[in-house]
Amino acid sequence: MSSALTKLSNTQSTDTVADTAMISASNVVATPSVPKMRAVHVNFYYGDFQALHDVSLDFAPNKVTALIGPSGCGKSTFLRNLNRINETLRDTRLQGEITLDGQNILEHDVTEIRRRIGMVFQRPNPFPKSIFENVLYGPKINGMVPRGHANELVEKSLRRAALWEEVKDKLHESAYALSGGQQQRLCIARALAVNPEVLLLDEPCSALDPIATAKIEDLLVELKKQCTIVIVTHNMQQAARVADTTGFFLLGKVIEHDRTDVIFKNPAKKETEDYITGRFG
Amino acid sequence: MTAAMPSPALPKAMTARNRRRNALNNAMLTLTGVCAFITVSMLFVILAYLVYNGGKSVNLDFFTKLPLPTGESGGGMGNAILGSMEIIFFATLIGVPVGFLAGVYLSEFGGKGLPFAVRYVCDLLNGVPSIVIGMFAWIVVVAPLHSYSAFAGAVALSIMLIPIAARATEQFLQDVPNSMREASLALGASKWRTIASVIVPAARKGIMTGMILGVARIAGETAPLLFTSLNNQYWSTGLKEPTASLPVMIYTHATAPYDDWHRQAWAAGLVLLGLVLVANIAARTIISRGASLPK
Repeated sequence: MSSALTKLSNTQSTDTVADTAMISASNVVATPSVPKMRAVHVNFYYGDFQALHDVSLDFAPNKVTALIGPSGCGKSTFLRNLNRINETLRDTRLQGEITLDGQNILEHDVTEIRRRIGMVFQRPNPFPKSIFENVLYGPKINGMVPRGHANELVEKSLRRAALWEEVKDKLHESAYALSGGQQQRLCIARALAVNPEVLLLDEPCSALDPIATAKIEDLLVELKKQCTIVIVTHNMQQAARVADTTGFFLLGKVIEHDRTDVIFKNPAKKETEDYITGRFG
Repeated sequence: MTAAMPSPALPKAMTARNRRRNALNNAMLTLTGVCAFITVSMLFVILAYLVYNGGKSVNLDFFTKLPLPTGESGGGMGNAILGSMEIIFFATLIGVPVGFLAGVYLSEFGGKGLPFAVRYVCDLLNGVPSIVIGMFAWIVVVAPLHSYSAFAGAVALSIMLIPIAARATEQFLQDVPNSMREASLALGASKWRTIASVIVPAARKGIMTGMILGVARIAGETAPLLFTSLNNQYWSTGLKEPTASLPVMIYTHATAPYDDWHRQAWAAGLVLLGLVLVANIAARTIISRGASLPK
């Protein structure tokens, strides 16, 4: 029964792959693997304002994809649609399809989708609770804490976020006692604790100093072994350092999505080149 | 701009215009200061009056004994103190949960139209004269039950408490940054779970403070109790009985033509103000220790 189901969903996803490849060949990066997530012809509106225009993007599994572009170009809006957190805003509308393993996330239970697609925000936003409780919050609400294994789960998550050594002696202190960089890694640990398949990061280093930023960048490269990562960044050097592929957004459209080295050294579109070389606002 | 440029000469004396401006400035400064002083001193003047007139009557008997007829010395207002506590307790029991949950609805489940209407009605309810609320409680509780009762008084006070509690809850929940909601939702929490596990705990100090202030506010209300819980010269025997309360006791004692009753009224006023002040200070201490939220 379950293998039949798997087969079915596999066929489905291959179909979608073929369909989309024809429709939006320009935005699809040639990767041998089936994309972990994909957005197909996504339009998004805040009230009457259309923030995204026909955005189609694929996210390869176990890769870091960076989304770059000037402020207000829609990259954060797009990211926030990938886990449907934009739905919490009033007066918004989404058209198109966003899939996770070939299944349309818009038709799934939203809490399950958000459990599988984690998110780290621009500013560190730990809960006003202890470090321990922060990490355990997600597993707890999702019923994922096996009896007597809470400590183990917390340690594992903090280790994955490269924070364990710094906080192991003060797990029960307030998360606000940590520095900004530590808080952001705590937020990453908190997101990792529910074992997400995809991790979305919305300019996670914009409030951090260069040392904290470097730590988080190293972490991302390590984490992609375990999950698929999409990161929005203003910092082009950061995209160049951590991303396997990079997508360039402009005025709510995806101009170009390709291997990072191609985007930075040999972009196909003039707009991309102008932005990369700083000849653009 | 070169160094050689001459600076404009300063006028030798203050012009008439300058003098006028300075005079006005000083006058306004003085006026606002005097008004601020009047505002602050009111509390202390009231307190001093209460202590001067009623201080001597506040003793252990005052808290434990029943009121006596005029002419007999001693006696207290034990029944009124207990009665007030009873009425306020039940008013809190009704008003705080209803107000709290209504506040959660206003803050967290607010769409566009309905919450606006609820908020508006809430503010109107807050402005309803307390005597009118007393009349309403008389119609819906006293008349059908054919008896004045502590319960009717509690209902009347809870109607006053609900809008205060709702708006306080709403306000402090609104102060919780939206990033907390997003963080919780992004982990796969449902909306209710987010509210119960993150948002309300983050705002709990503020909400508690608001509730204490609300309860302190209704504790001194007289009008809603005049024809709901009425009064009682003896210890109240239950929720269904007319029950003495401090505000009503003050009213009856102060309006009677006896000097010894007046002294008791002053003493009751002092006790009531003392209780309300303690509650206020406690509430503000809680909130000043607050700062549980990030900037």
